[in-house]
Amino acid sequence: MIGAEAIVKCLEKENTEVIFGYSGVAIDPFWNKILDTDIKTVLIRTEQNAAHCASGYARISGKVGVCAVTSGPGATNLITGIATAYADSIPLICITGQVNSDMIGSDVFQEADITGAVESFVKYSYLIRNVDDIPKIFKEAFYIASTGRKGPVLIDIPFDVQNAELSGKFSYPETISMRSYKPTVKGNIVQIKKVIKEVEKAKRPIICVGGGVHLSGATQELVRFAELNDVPVVSTMMGIGVMSSDHPLYFGMVGNNGKAYANRAMNESDLLLMVGARVADRAVNRPDLITENKVMVHIDVDPAEIGKNVGPTIPLVGDIKHIFTDFLAQDNHPDDHQDWVKTLRGYKEEMKTIREPQAKGYVCPETFIRALSKVMKDDAIYVADVGQNQIWSCAYHIVKSGRFLTSGGMGTMGYSIPAAIGGKMADRSKQVVAVIGDGAFQMSMMELATMRQYDVPIKIVVMKNGYLGMVREHQHNAYNDHYSMVELKGDPDLSLIAAAYGMKYFKVDGASDLDASLWDFLSDDDSGIMEVYVDPMALTR
Amino acid sequence: MKRIYSVLVENRAGVLSKVAGLFSRRNFNIDSLVVGETADKAVSCMTIVSTGDERTIEQIEKQLNKKIDVIKVKTFKESMSINRELMLIKVKYNKENRRDIMENCTIMNAKIVDMSKNMMIIQICDTSDRIEVFIEMLKSVSIVEIARTGTVALTKCKEL
Repeated sequence: MIGAEAIVKCLEKENTEVIFGYSGVAIDPFWNKILDTDIKTVLIRTEQNAAHCASGYARISGKVGVCAVTSGPGATNLITGIATAYADSIPLICITGQVNSDMIGSDVFQEADITGAVESFVKYSYLIRNVDDIPKIFKEAFYIASTGRKGPVLIDIPFDVQNAELSGKFSYPETISMRSYKPTVKGNIVQIKKVIKEVEKAKRPIICVGGGVHLSGATQELVRFAELNDVPVVSTMMGIGVMSSDHPLYFGMVGNNGKAYANRAMNESDLLLMVGARVADRAVNRPDLITENKVMVHIDVDPAEIGKNVGPTIPLVGDIKHIFTDFLAQDNHPDDHQDWVKTLRGYKEEMKTIREPQAKGYVCPETFIRALSKVMKDDAIYVADVGQNQIWSCAYHIVKSGRFLTSGGMGTMGYSIPAAIGGKMADRSKQVVAVIGDGAFQMSMMELATMRQYDVPIKIVVMKNGYLGMVREHQHNAYNDHYSMVELKGDPDLSLIAAAYGMKYFKVDGASDLDASLWDFLSDDDSGIMEVYVDPMALTR
Repeated sequence: MKRIYSVLVENRAGVLSKVAGLFSRRNFNIDSLVVGETADKAVSCMTIVSTGDERTIEQIEKQLNKKIDVIKVKTFKESMSINRELMLIKVKYNKENRRDIMENCTIMNAKIVDMSKNMMIIQICDTSDRIEVFIEMLKSVSIVEIARTGTVALTKCKEL
């Protein structure tokens, strides 16, 4: 058996069902051996998107996403995708082909020191020197990617190693034990009891959920805990969808792009449970102020996040699902907090943003996204891109029993279309809608071909304003409308692009019947592009 | 505050680079970094001296522990350990100052390990502070080159 076949066998042992990637000579032995399996392969149109597709796939399936590309430029193109996954802790295995082992370091054709280059964006990386190490390395790699704080692992495989013969029979390790990596799963029982006591004592408790709750598969446990203890919930951008947007205990997204009443709720609480969130600068502007006047509990699987940006009163390390299962098993008698909840409902009412009168010819982003939510299926997957459209999506999309995906930590434009493709491939029964700006659309529109090739129908909404809106807004505020590098002129006619890829096209502007257009757009299961004309001068706040 | 980290790592290619990279990426300061084998050939020991405030010191330990090649992290203050650094210093000498130089060596327990008609190499192994003192003592002498290793440290034996 040669190395390439061993790699494929490892992927089968790990129940890999689909791999996203691109070809090149350095990875060719691997792609050749894949033909002998039932693993689906998806040829994307630029390598960065292989990682984004694998990311969307991982987030919806709960499995480790897998992508594979060639050496040199193939590998370096993957870096942004890897960094995006790292920032949001998405479990990925990224396989890169490499030049022959004895040529490494001599700058040969399509050679790149990819393990060196991605060091700050991966949980770990391997450069396979010995073909017999393949089973152990893959077992370790999948284990590292999918446990503790999840994240991408890169495996670089030289061409000659892919073609080398294993010295013995292929044998995949049954168990794994790494002396240098032992993630904490169960929370410390003393800390758990401490937290329960605080919840009992608190008059104005609040839970802030982050992406970690999704990654742990703990949404049910968390919602049940909040309901049983009558604790209101807010979320970071990555925590959207843990609780359905119309749940009576949910009070919106926090942060400088979030709801004013969500921030007020967090500020006025006397007990804050930060769950699976890393307290980064978008969610919490002034981490030094957050612990004034309150007890703060920080629950996370990564001990390094606890105390990194804000010092908690009570740290609790462990897997969120395990911890909340333990919480639910404790015998506690909390008060109800209906006075507090009523106060928060009052804030929500009085702090509702006033809709600006719409400039003629354009659609109001809030009106559009709320209308879109109503027409979308309850369990649909909404994939937001990056920019003003993302902020409007966070503010106005109503998540019921579906999912909300976006690139939070890295804010990578163009993420939504490939992530939507990956998400759809993870669960074809779900309606998948990607919402993207006209700038980012041009960064990943090449994947419309991937959608067509593999029959992956996605509904794409392009919010068109002819600008890189978020930066234009910044230049409006900081540079008095002296625009630089934000105007999109020369954009293609999207109706022709849609036709070129065999997709239906819908246009919505101020004169359209919005609801009728949306019903048309979402009435079938085929791919479609809806172009929504938004006021170029619209602001997110 | 100064802090010493004694880090056991897997003896694999690139580990030194990964740990050094971690410090630079996270904006942690490295005063000195030494790495060498342990009794177990598969394990190396890195001794890193760093300076920072309370929160930084804690983060350094946590981020080191996160690194998959790091097996164990011990951290302590200078006062809790036996610390040593080796320095080789090459100086020019002449008839007039040779005596003084040799006296300074005796005082500070330094050895002359190489000599020519007008140059010598002195070796001293001591705490970093005393090495600084020795360099001060040689201020009036013409120093040609200095090579220092950085600190290695072991926690003091506890009293039984």
